[in-house]
Amino acid sequence: MTTAIIEAAPAGAVAATTFDPRVEGQRLIKDWYAGLVDAPRRGQHVANVFVMGNAVEILRSFDFQLVFPEINSLQSGVRKASAEYIRLSEDYGMSPDVCSYVKADVGLMLKENEHPAGRIPKAHLAIASNMCSTFIKWAEIWERWLKVPTFVLDLPGQRASNWHVRPGDAQHAADSRWVEAQFRDLIEKCEKITGKRFDMDRLAEVEDRVNRMVFHWNNVMALNRMCPAPYNAMLDGLTYIGIMNVYRGAPEGVEFMRKLEEQLKSQVARGEGRVAEERFRLLFSGTPCYVSMRRLVELFETWGGVFAYSDYLTFAAGGMDAGELVYDTSRPLESLAEVTALAAQRGLSNQFFAHERLEKQIRDYAVDGIVFHGIKSCRFVSSGMADTRDYLNKRLAVPSLYIESDLIDPRYWSDAQIKNRVDAFFEALNQRGGPAPRAAKTITSDAGRAS
Amino acid sequence: MLTRVAPEKEAELQELLERCHAAARDNTVPAKEALPEGFTGTIGHFPVYFPEEIAHAGGLLPLNILGGGNKLELKHADARMGSFVCSICRSTTELGLNGTLQGLTGFVTHPICDAAKHLAGIWSRNLPEQLAQILYLPQNVNSQGVTRYIAAEYQRLRADLERKVGHPITDEALRTSIRIYNENRRLLRELYRIRRDEPWKVSCTESYLMMRAGTRMPREEHNLLLDRTLDLIRHRALPSQDKPRVVFLGGFCEQPPLEMLETIDDACFVVDDDLLIGLRWMTSDVPESGDPIWALAESFVERSAASPVQHDERKTKEGYLMEMLRSSKADAAILTAAKFCEPGLDEQVAWSKHLDQAGIQYLVLEFEEKMTSFEQMAMQVETFAESLLFALA
Repeated sequence: MTTAIIEAAPAGAVAATTFDPRVEGQRLIKDWYAGLVDAPRRGQHVANVFVMGNAVEILRSFDFQLVFPEINSLQSGVRKASAEYIRLSEDYGMSPDVCSYVKADVGLMLKENEHPAGRIPKAHLAIASNMCSTFIKWAEIWERWLKVPTFVLDLPGQRASNWHVRPGDAQHAADSRWVEAQFRDLIEKCEKITGKRFDMDRLAEVEDRVNRMVFHWNNVMALNRMCPAPYNAMLDGLTYIGIMNVYRGAPEGVEFMRKLEEQLKSQVARGEGRVAEERFRLLFSGTPCYVSMRRLVELFETWGGVFAYSDYLTFAAGGMDAGELVYDTSRPLESLAEVTALAAQRGLSNQFFAHERLEKQIRDYAVDGIVFHGIKSCRFVSSGMADTRDYLNKRLAVPSLYIESDLIDPRYWSDAQIKNRVDAFFEALNQRGGPAPRAAKTITSDAGRAS
Repeated sequence: MLTRVAPEKEAELQELLERCHAAARDNTVPAKEALPEGFTGTIGHFPVYFPEEIAHAGGLLPLNILGGGNKLELKHADARMGSFVCSICRSTTELGLNGTLQGLTGFVTHPICDAAKHLAGIWSRNLPEQLAQILYLPQNVNSQGVTRYIAAEYQRLRADLERKVGHPITDEALRTSIRIYNENRRLLRELYRIRRDEPWKVSCTESYLMMRAGTRMPREEHNLLLDRTLDLIRHRALPSQDKPRVVFLGGFCEQPPLEMLETIDDACFVVDDDLLIGLRWMTSDVPESGDPIWALAESFVERSAASPVQHDERKTKEGYLMEMLRSSKADAAILTAAKFCEPGLDEQVAWSKHLDQAGIQYLVLEFEEKMTSFEQMAMQVETFAESLLFALA
């Protein structure tokens, strides 16, 4: 998820509408940062949140200005400033072996919150879920250094393989009850911090906007099941989920997603793909390397390879596209708990049983190969990756590639080595016969449902 | 070893400690026919804490899976886990893939870190016949409803184990197990009392081996072993030595090699530690009457220890470190972390900065269960101990 700066105009497409998602995405992210910098002057309360399991709906109903420290860190990578922040934190004592996002944030604190996008305001509240265990350790740093009150949101994840929890069943009810109890505590905390009374109607309004956003987002994802794929999930898609996170539940977010879907549909209707001649449809599993993402994508697009899907677009966008998850705005709080509990299992913690959803996504997006990107400092996505690859290799005849670098630490990007591996991967795909350029085929998903 | 206790008693003690050592070295799963009486299977569980009473009551022998130590050669796991993953997760994977843990009835891991959570996926892909799962112990123990949630999670586990063993796990069986485990916890508290009050009588290494033996045998058997060993230790008349008193932190998950603990013992009295803290997670007795599942759940919230992988507003990490130093009258701390252990490495920084502010001396060490060379570490520890003695003189 990112802004701007990452990316150039689509290689093979010319938008027929005036809406340019890249330019509009950049503008929105720029506006968000401006809003952050200005929050103290406005006297607005500020909350630090992560992209997975964050109760943003409640925070928005209290008018919190949201800070996403992960996005600050990745932005420092995109803007080629992460090395300096990481160096500062390692000089302070942080290990080279821990999450580079955390280190960039520690570096940011050591620089008095001076970020390339502006001065990041101090938070009045932080929410850390257990979806990524590092979130909690990260929030404990804020507790220590900045005395930020922290609320740990415990979301029970997928317990085992073949875990089938259905809305309303006993397991879902037990998990939802627990999540709801925590939301009630969080609301109390928010009331104390802001001095405002909780407004259930406002929560319902925010949820309604999230519903609409998720509706369009699901359609956007489904549109990439088309051949040729209208966007690259690991380039354009990063901008889209940036908006999905930062503007979740905000009117601007709904409008962006609506226009994006419209624009992509028209692109699909014209048969325009992300790359001029789509030869290989790929699935990217893992997180991006934000310091070199453009380069990485270029290595694949040169061979006519496009990332039609990435699991990053699911777990890093809150996981709500991973099922029929819609808020019931007539019972906003209960529904928030129920949907959050399900999203945590279907969209986030299923990372630990990745083989199950990857098997499905390989079919859904008709991909010719999978690219696994192991991140040295991110155990959440990387620890089980090589084993998942081995499992899928044995069961499905889908070629795969495993490469390693880092989220934002440029020391771990080895251009020649990665290029060699990517080239070898495509040569192997070509030797297998390689698919011929594809003609557009019909949408097989539910994309295009009436809103 | 200098001893004024009757030689035959010291010999018996050494024999018992050797038995503990042998148990600690054992990574294997007993064959069904070799299981102790009353047990029909085994549940492997990863650190830190697991409510063993539930498995024990179901006739499943709980085995704490503590990695492969420094004698295991990795032949499969290197290809299945990134090089940046900690040793205990990699060696546990190896033990699963090389067949050593093939005989487990089930394997349970916990949301202590992301690498540990991935073990459930690895298990389900490679050992599908086992009950492989994550027991979602909560990271928020401060919200209303947490005991109810944990109780529901324990009931889920109980039902899963019942299906596996083919019979109900009764409340009465659970209460019996709780009583046995309470006795075990009392004995371990006594062991740590001796460590604090008379550290010359039992070293950190010996204490660790005594505890670790319990991860490989039924608790009722471990209770007998501890009872006798503690009695012999109490009557040991070793002279005190001129060593600084330190606390050891960082052993809550990956196990430091024995040679590392021995190296520290040579130079310091380790008067408290967080080694195998999961076995001592309950700081006082779990209620032996009433609903046993509720008693276990409520104890997790109300009478539990602390670790870098458990968030609890009531127990800051610095707070429990300082309390450990205070209650054990330690002069200094040895702050260790396993290589690639994100929570441990993060905590090491926080603790060292805090001790800087508090003016308390500390030594920072990084270890791996698979490490085999200790010369450099010995030099660091000796230098640290000498500087402490000089400062305390």
